This record gives sequence, C-alpha cells and structure tokens, in this order.
Amino acid sequence: MLTLLHRDLRLALRAGGGFGQALGFYLIVATLVPLGVGPDRATLAPTAPGILWLGALLACLLSLDRVFALDREDGTLDGLVPAPLPLEAAATAKAAAHWLTTALPLVVVAPGLGLLLSLPAQAMPWLAAALLAGTPALSWIGTFGAALTVGLKRGSLLLSLLVLPLYVPTLVFGADAVRRAAQGLDPAQPLLLTAAISLGCVALLPFATAAALRINLR
Amino acid sequence: MEWGCHDLTCRRGEAVVLERVTLALRAGEAIVLRGPNGSGKTTLLRTLAGLTPPVAGTVGFGADLVAYGGHADGLKDQLTVSENLRVWADLYGTGRDGAERAAAAYDLAPLAERRAADLSAGQRRRASLARMVATGRPVWLLDEPTVSLDAAQVARFAAAVRAHLEAGGAAVIATHIDLGLGAVREVDVSAFAARRAVAVAHDPFAEAVE
Repeated sequence: MLTLLHRDLRLALRAGGGFGQALGFYLIVATLVPLGVGPDRATLAPTAPGILWLGALLACLLSLDRVFALDREDGTLDGLVPAPLPLEAAATAKAAAHWLTTALPLVVVAPGLGLLLSLPAQAMPWLAAALLAGTPALSWIGTFGAALTVGLKRGSLLLSLLVLPLYVPTLVFGADAVRRAAQGLDPAQPLLLTAAISLGCVALLPFATAAALRINLR
Repeated sequence: MEWGCHDLTCRRGEAVVLERVTLALRAGEAIVLRGPNGSGKTTLLRTLAGLTPPVAGTVGFGADLVAYGGHADGLKDQLTVSENLRVWADLYGTGRDGAERAAAAYDLAPLAERRAADLSAGQRRRASLARMVATGRPVWLLDEPTVSLDAAQVARFAAAVRAHLEAGGAAVIATHIDLGLGAVREVDVSAFAARRAVAVAHDPFAEAVE
C-alpha cells in the first residue's frame, strides 16, 4: 500500500504529473472573484467562506478523472488485481495520494486566499481546520466516482454528475463552520459534522471503490 | 503442482465467447493458445487471471498465483525502467531481489536509468515482460507477448520462459508466432467457441454501463 502511495506521489511530482493543477485553479478562482464582485469588504467578507469552499471543491473535482483512468490505460490496473494487495487497500492508497497531492496544498494556501477575500482574521484558523476536516471526504468520494466511471471514454461529465451531489453535505457543513467563525459564533458543531462525514467516507468508501473497479475491469 | 481450469465458460461484456474450456497445466509446462483474432484468447486469459469472473465452471488456481501480462505495458512514462520494475516487485512482495532478477532476465541494465517514455516500442515490451519475472508468481498468463520484439528479443523471451518453467513455473501464452520453446502443448481456442451468443437475455443496467 505504501508502495502504491509512494509511486503516486512520485508520479504527481514528476513533469506532467498534474501536481499544481488544482492549486493553480484554486488561486485563479480566489483572485478573480474580488475582481468580478468588486473589492468592497461588505460584499466580499460574507461570501468568502462559500467561495473558498466552492473553489476547493471544484479544484478537487478537476483532477478526479486522472485517478484511475491513467492506470487503466497503461494496464497497471490489470496488474493490481492479482497482486497480494487487496483492491480495497489499493483504493485507499489512491485516495490518500489524491488527497496529499491535490487537497493538502489547497488547505495550506486557503488562509492566504482568505486574506484576499477579506475573511475576518478570527475565521482563518477555522477555515484551515474545516478544509482539513472536509477535504478527505472530497478525495475519497471522488475516488469512488472515478472507479465507477473508469471504463468510460470521456466519462468526466458523468463523474461530475455522480460526485457533486455527494459533495453537498461536506460543502454545507464545511462552509457553515467558516461562516460561523467569521460571525463570531461557535463553529465546533458543523466542524465536527464535517469531520464525521470524512471519517465515514475514509472508512467505508474503499470497499465500494474496489467493488466498482472489479465490475469495470471485466 | 498442477493448475488448470475445468468446464469454464467465459464472457466478454455480454457475449459468451468460450464454452467448456478444460485445461490442465502442470509445473514446468507451457500451453500456447492459438486461434484467429476474436476467437477468445484474451478473454480466456483474463478469466484465468481473475479479472473477469467466469459464467460457469472453475479456475483451479487463485489469483494469488498468477501474473498477467496483457496488451498494455503497465509502465509509467515518468518513471525510469528500474523504478517501474521496483514498483511491481514491491507490489508483489519480491522487493529489490525481484526487480534485479527481472532486469537481468531481459538485459535491461543498460536501460535502467532511462525513463519509460523514452523507450522504443520493443524496449517497452521487454520492460513489460520483465514485470512477470519481478512478480515471482508461478503461473504466467501472457497475451501476445512478442508484439514489436525483434528475432533476438523473441529468443530472449523464450529463454526467460524456459528458465521459468525449469524453476517449476508454468505459462499460458497466446501468440501467433513460433516462439521456439521446443515441444509445447498447443491449444486451439476456436475449438471452444460458444454457440450461444448472449449471456444475459435482459439486463436493464447493461445499457447504462456499456
């Protein structure tokens, strides 16, 4: 499992691996919004939590169709099935690699972008915490969606349609935690719910992902 | 040791391609699958590898004994040859030893530090076949392994297969050429061709999945 994780991280960091694609998208969204909406603090600050969460969610979505498609095209997936590693563990490794290469950089830059969108200072740590708690759900759900659509040519539209509804609870609670923190309320409850969704996804979805892969490899 | 399959019915998608396939494979033995394009060689190999569940019948060995080498190379362009082999060796638990044996079997040492993207088609194929050695598995299932190999490399492949057989392994190889393996059992897959064409008469989900 560590082999696979290590390989995926190495692949992402080499040229053409797609590392930074999501990060670039996130930076573009967060810098363009103030230009589009206008620099007024009174309009920017209330929308900042939603924009930062939505940007992170779409940035995650952007790289999902690579998760299994490349491995299927070059035959790696065929070799993974007979390997001693259970397919569920392989699915976990793929999702973890996606989270480390795509979502974690977003968590790191998010407070900086919050500054750009006039997010109140007391909400910054909560923004990072909420993203840290919520993005594993995005990666694990996304990996499941990628496994469902792995056999399809140009399956990314279907992938988005399948995955976006599943992203809604994470978005609602994650953005709510940041909004509450920005308004000076207690953000603990939505934050805990976000973390609960993530934990549930990490624990259960690898089984569904492996089942979907087995069906699609026939 | 004896591996094989009994009364196997294989499908590809919704079509039943092969029926009542029975093969016996002993340690040290290779079976060469023959048959025209579309006769079901790949389907049979994928079923034996556990990638496609059989419609009926049993495969007499678990997926934990096989190494499957299909049409795709299973190499990552951004990694070097030795990194690629090491990943496969680690995945199958043979570690550094396995990767080194694999590189030696196909004389890949001169290419070890080259990225897979910069290999020729024949060199890619060699690196891909070396993965089979790296897995350390006793049963090799190879689908047209000699595509884009020159005569010298076909001989090297035959030598690797012979060494594998002498070490107590077995192989099922689908190919159209003479591999020079000596006396091997040839099985014509078209003898098992299915007369029935459709596996599932009505499956409302099939349309959505295909």
